[in-house]
Amino acid sequence: MPLMYPLVFAAFLFSAGVYGVLARRNAVMVLMSIELMLNAVNVNLVAFNAYLRDELVSGQVFALFVIAVAAAEVGIGLAIVLLIFRNRETVNIDEVDLLRW
Amino acid sequence: MTTYFQAYGTFAALLVLSIAFVAVAFGANRLLRPNRPTPGKLTTYESGMDPVGTTWSQTQIRYYVFAFLFVIFDVESVFLFPWALVFADIGVAAFWEMVVFIGVLAIGLLYAFKKGVLRWA
Amino acid sequence: MNGQEVAFLILAVIGGLAGLLVVTSRNVVHAALYLVVALASVAGVYLLLAAPFVAFVQVIIYVGAIVVLILFGIMLTRAPVGRRVLDNTLRARVGAFVVGAGVFIMFTVFLGGAFGDERIENQGATATEALGESLFRNYVLPFEAVSVLLLAALIGAIVLARRD
Repeated sequence: MPLMYPLVFAAFLFSAGVYGVLARRNAVMVLMSIELMLNAVNVNLVAFNAYLRDELVSGQVFALFVIAVAAAEVGIGLAIVLLIFRNRETVNIDEVDLLRW
Repeated sequence: MTTYFQAYGTFAALLVLSIAFVAVAFGANRLLRPNRPTPGKLTTYESGMDPVGTTWSQTQIRYYVFAFLFVIFDVESVFLFPWALVFADIGVAAFWEMVVFIGVLAIGLLYAFKKGVLRWA
Repeated sequence: MNGQEVAFLILAVIGGLAGLLVVTSRNVVHAALYLVVALASVAGVYLLLAAPFVAFVQVIIYVGAIVVLILFGIMLTRAPVGRRVLDNTLRARVGAFVVGAGVFIMFTVFLGGAFGDERIENQGATATEALGESLFRNYVLPFEAVSVLLLAALIGAIVLARRD
């Protein structure tokens, strides 16, 4: 199959994730959009692994690492969101301005 | 090569078949059944009781740690599969690699135990 | 166009639509369920790219664990339904759309220029043994680093989620 197929698919998922991160107010929705972007990266890694026929299958190994990192990232991200919700009764990221002067 | 895609072709055919089965069953249901909604029929069914409160019931934050522990050890178990396949080839080195990996995560479990987040009550 | 490409296009259309619905849906729970569809179609794409183990890891970790975690996050916060509370103002959304579309066009044009004629040759599935050999011979250090990262994340989550 042409290499462009998975690349365009990944680019589309990534762009959808970019749109979601910028357009959403709800912090949980922003985290979901970030998951879409991480998946797009993984599709690229696996596609180039298949294209280059890497003997070390580095693309797939790094896709596994990215998935593990995504698990850690979403866990911490949601813990922070839950803490903010507990203290401020909101998960709207434009109302969370603790660091703004 | 072809056998790989043929094997998953069978799987894909089964997937399409099962989706079609559900779609046909529910579609036929929708076409054949009479539709006479009353307020009583549209309320949530709670085993004969009148529903109380909203549909949005908030769970406790304590359960979040259990969910995250599940995710962490899910990730760990995934790395065990390729390890089990090459363990005999690589030998002692692979054994210690996995001991370090699981040992580091065991520290996290120990920490959770010490902090008492594993107690259910 | 062979069967593999047709299967890929079907999966890509399903996954792309589901991805769009994730970022435009008005209901948080629906968005999470569309995310499941998008992640599952990405798993199908991995299968077509001859990476069955990564596909199963995608199903086990993403669909099985991360989405569960996100649903927990939705259940633990109040998640009102509706465009006004979930999305930014129309102006911000138009800007976000311009940025997203621009990123997509840029990627497509640049990657098309660089790899437009290249093809992925058909190949047998990557054996999980090959993955293990690479992981436990060449990528040992990143592998152990992942365990430290997961430990840090676990301790961080416990510290953040404790009530006292």
